Amino acid sequence: MSLINYASREINCKIVYYGPGLGGKTTNLKYIYSKIAPGIRGKLISLATELDRTLFFDFLPVDVGTIKGFKTRFHLYTVPGQVYYNASRKLILKGVDGIIFVADSQIERFDDNIDSMENMKLNVANIGLSTSTIPLVIQYNKRDLPNISPLDKLETVLNPQRVPYYEAVATQGVGVFDTLKACSKIVIRTLSR
Amino acid sequence: MPFESVNIFEQDFWEINENLEHLKKEANAESVLLIDKAGQLITSTGDVTEMDMSAFASLSAADFAATSQLASLIGENEFNTLFHQGKNLSLYVSVIAQSVILVVIFSKKTTLGLVRLRVNSISKKLNEIFAHIFEKLGAAKEERQKNFGEDFFKEADSEIDNLFT
Repeated sequence: MSLINYASREINCKIVYYGPGLGGKTTNLKYIYSKIAPGIRGKLISLATELDRTLFFDFLPVDVGTIKGFKTRFHLYTVPGQVYYNASRKLILKGVDGIIFVADSQIERFDDNIDSMENMKLNVANIGLSTSTIPLVIQYNKRDLPNISPLDKLETVLNPQRVPYYEAVATQGVGVFDTLKACSKIVIRTLSR
Repeated sequence: MPFESVNIFEQDFWEINENLEHLKKEANAESVLLIDKAGQLITSTGDVTEMDMSAFASLSAADFAATSQLASLIGENEFNTLFHQGKNLSLYVSVIAQSVILVVIFSKKTTLGLVRLRVNSISKKLNEIFAHIFEKLGAAKEERQKNFGEDFFKEADSEIDNLFT
């Protein structure tokens, strides 16, 4: 969970991008990296295969600024989406403060989204948390493609909790910051818990 | 309680730093870092200005987490220490109070044996400090509620809006 250092006046929070493989989690991070001034973000670390599939995680630290004297920083992580990397996903969820679930809107990925959401709930429960208490925001990605599921169908299946959601085209940056903003603000509000 | 929010107060922080300084000196190490298991840097000592500390902390935690899984595959709970040997610099990594990772970066000016010895002797002290930190969770909650109220949230919202546009 968050690290609050009252001596050095620092707050670090961890946000994890979760979702099925090839859904656009790494694309979200790459877009954020490309649009944020170098002075306020760190290096984008990608532990990926030669074919650019996430093997372990991607990591990007972002400085939000100094809020009431506390230097506040978000650590953004992605998990590998491929089904057989579940051990890695479990490790990355450790200490998570907020989750952005990146769903792939394409019709043929409908079931993969459901599987990944179920997998996330299980893994979150494994570390003693619940998706009903941990900040969660859903991003419906790839909305520019022709073969996509209707939003209400995705909402019915993936979002029974009615958490905030955003439509996105991560390759063009559409919805990327809106999703991150929403999750960051909820995470900040959990600091007083 | 490995994944509770870590709250470090002034007195504990200086005590931790003092111990890390002592370890660095006694082990003749280049630098010493303390990282939580979520990959967040708690504090460091020594010259680390050239290093990307966030990346280092994140990768150290991942390294430790992955190795712990390897340990469990052979029936071990976790490996308490890891050692990575480089040409010029090496890393000695060990776990403190079950939830914090201590990383010592050292050169050929010293030896693995000395580093290990000094880490072992400081571990007890650091374990005590962190046990104390985790005991104070109730006080930490009070402190959080005092520091993080509506004013803080509003200012944070505005910073977030400005940053992510």
